[in-house]
Order: sequence, then C-alpha cells, then structure tokens
Amino acid sequence: MFSLQGITNGIEKWLHNNMSANMALLVECAIVIFLAISLFAILGLILVLMERKVAAHMQIRLGPNRVGPFGMLQTTADTLKLLLKEGLTPDGADKFLFNLAPFVIMIVAMLILAPIAFATGFQIWDLNIGVLYVTAISSISVIAILMAGWASNNKYSMLGAMRSGAQIVSYELSAGLSIISIVVLTGSLQISEIIESQRNGWWLFKGHIPAVIAFVIFIIAVTAETNRAPFDLAEAESELTAGFHTEYSGMRFALFFLAEYINIFIVCAIGATLFLGGWMPLHIGSWQGFNHIMDFIPSSVWFFGKTFLLIFLIMWFRWTFPRLRVDQLLSLEWKYLLPISMFNLLLMTVVAIMGWHF
Amino acid sequence: MQLLNILLDASATSNASNYFPIGLQLFFAIGFVVTMMFVTHFLGPKRKTADKLENFASGIETHGDARQPMAIKYFLVAILFVLFDVEVIFFYPYAVNFRSLGWEGFGAVLMFVAFFLAGFIYIIKKGALTWED
Repeated sequence: MFSLQGITNGIEKWLHNNMSANMALLVECAIVIFLAISLFAILGLILVLMERKVAAHMQIRLGPNRVGPFGMLQTTADTLKLLLKEGLTPDGADKFLFNLAPFVIMIVAMLILAPIAFATGFQIWDLNIGVLYVTAISSISVIAILMAGWASNNKYSMLGAMRSGAQIVSYELSAGLSIISIVVLTGSLQISEIIESQRNGWWLFKGHIPAVIAFVIFIIAVTAETNRAPFDLAEAESELTAGFHTEYSGMRFALFFLAEYINIFIVCAIGATLFLGGWMPLHIGSWQGFNHIMDFIPSSVWFFGKTFLLIFLIMWFRWTFPRLRVDQLLSLEWKYLLPISMFNLLLMTVVAIMGWHF
Repeated sequence: MQLLNILLDASATSNASNYFPIGLQLFFAIGFVVTMMFVTHFLGPKRKTADKLENFASGIETHGDARQPMAIKYFLVAILFVLFDVEVIFFYPYAVNFRSLGWEGFGAVLMFVAFFLAGFIYIIKKGALTWED
C-alpha cells in the first residue's frame, strides 16, 4: 500500500546510515523546506486552474483547453508571463509599504502551512497549540491588505482595503468560536491529537447538531475571511476594479493572487481537519469490515480529497449567490452569526460535559 | 494548585528549540519571495512613462488624494472586534481544561457569556451596527 510515512521513514533511515546525526538533520530540514515551497507553488497553479475549470463548467463553457492536455499548463504559462512583466510602482504610492505588502501576505500564507497534517505522520511541525497558531498567524494578513490599500493611494484600493479589513476582522470572531466548539470536544489544540480523536468517526457526525451548526458557520466565516464571493466586496470587480490590488502589476500581483489561493487551501484544510477528520479514513463505529476497506485508501488521498471537496464547495458558492452589500455583510455577522455561534458553543460544552457525543 | 500545574506543564513544553522549525520556515519564506522579486526585476522590462505611473481611475483624471477620512463605521467595527476577540481568546484555555472544571467552571463561563451579552445588547441599542443614518 502506498504511504507517505513509509517514504519519509525510508529517507530518514538512509540519511542516518550515511551521515552524522547533525548532517542528517540539516539535510532533512532542507528537504522539508524544498517540499513545502514546491507544494506551495504547485497548489497555487492547481487551484487557479481548478477555479477556472469549475467556473467554466458552471457556465456551460469548456474553460482553458489549449495549453497542454486539458489546458493543464495554462496557469504555468500565465505565471511565466507575469514573471516577465514590468512591475510598476505608481508615483503617488508610498514606495516602501507598497513593496512590503506582497511580502507580508505571502510570508503569512507560507507560515500557516507549517502545522497542517497532510497524511499519517506527514506534518512539518506538530506543535501543541496548532489550532491557536493558525488563527493567530492568519489574522496578520489583514495588515498586509490594509497596507496595500493605503500605500497605493488609489480610491478603489483604499475603499477595498477598508471593506476587507472590516470584513476579515468581523468574521474571524465566528470562525474562532466554531473552531473552539471542536476544541471543546477534543480537549486539545494539537492537530495530530484532534485527528486521532476522530478515529471512530468524524466530529461532524459524532458531535450531533452543535457540530453541524459549527461546520456551517465555519464554512460561511472562512468564505468571508478569504474574500470569496458572495463576500468579495473587497475586490468587487464591477464597482472597485480589483479592490486593494488595483495598482499592483507583474509578479507582485501574482504573489497576491497566489496568497489568496493558498489561504483558501489552508482554511479548507483546517475545516477538513477539525470537522472531517483530516487524513483519517471514514470509520463507522464498530463496523470492522467496512473500516478495514476504508483503511486501504492512502491517508494522503483522504486528506486531499476532503480538502478539495471543501474548496469545490467554496468555488460553487461563487456562482450561486449574488454579492452582498457591506451593511448586509456586517449585520449578518454581528447580528446573526456571532450570537448563534456563541450559543452553539455553550450547547457544545453542555453536550461534552454530559458525554452525549459518541 | 491545579492552575499551577497547568502553568508548569506549559513552561516545560514551550522552550525555544520547539519553535526552531518556524524560524526556519520564516527564513525560507522570505527567501522565496525575495528570489521571485529579484528574478522578475531582472527579467521584466523597465519602460516607465509619466502616464503609466499615474494612479488608475478608470481612465479619467484623478481628483485629489485618496487618503481622505473614511466613514467612522469601519473604525467602530475594528474597535468592537478588539473587544470581542479578547473574549473569544479567553475561551481557548477554558475549552482545553473544561473537563476537569466540570459544572462549576460551566457556571463561571455562563456568567462570562452573560457579561458578553450585556455588552453586545448595549452596542446594538447604541446603534453601533446600524449603517444607515
């Protein structure tokens, strides 16, 4: 059976046989970082292509189909083109902040990748406060967006950045509360322990109605946090041109774009980890035969399958719901989602104390 | 006593070497972005003209500075976020330790949520979340 853990263990053994312990550690670090960066680049390319394909098929079009088989090299070609373009800094812009913003947004996106478990025993960094780390680091990206909007000295950028700032910070509250309602069930913030606690069933099924409510709120909140339609006020094309990255061109624009898609991947991976069991196969209680069959599917396939299912869901939203107004957006969060997720958390605590969950 | 144990556990698990991987990741993330910027700097053309360097305003001339005072509502939302986010952060230690605290701890959290709700009702009554004047 194919397993990523087998490969990593093999490499580790080989390195330790052929080198001193410190040297082996260094080489391992280099391999991990190389893998992280290439995963990052490949994910960006795949997600942009997927977005275009999904959008096309929802509108009964074919989408990109000229470059490579089924248009698979389209996004690679686009990236190369952007790399060869001129990067402009407008005269009115604050030069330093304007150039710093893509750095910040990209570095933040790369840092959140660290605690995510991709398969059994295949995780860059399993720290004891994994979930808290993800929430903490992901809120830095709003600073980069405000930085980009303010530095551009463009009215569209400024408006887009202000809207985006208000939106991201508001929806962070209910995203945080729905994450906490799963932490209540597991009693741990460590990603590996959260996944391990779902060995006999995923929390979405085990946690009764509060878990389902938390899942729905989480999906709505992360759609808003990543500035996706129907919450894409920050870059509403029909009114603000491109929002906070109107003035960016060339590779800087590509970095903003890449970071946006990486953020979508990360929030969906977190959602899959908390509610759908991460790399854990679908297990149903004590059905031994069924569980064994499910175990034959590699854990990496489970993880990526669940994550891409959630990403598809978020892409589906884009072509289903019309865009909200900014006041509707904020009253949805503050007057509905926040109180609901608060009471949902209390309900979940009662369920956990009484031991009503499976 | 219980609290002391939790604190001792925390100090045992969070020494500097545990955070070494994140330093490395940060270093390489910066390296990746810097490399990309250098590559595009050398590959891309540099033909700047005055028209190109103007701010984009859908083809019309820009009027005045974009950095004008914005609606106070955005500021208000940011301030409210700070208050409420601190309350959300207070839930993390409770969520991890609530099993040992039992019903007594739940009563305390219920009181905390009651204060939260009092503040919430206050800001709604004050009209902090109504956008039309």
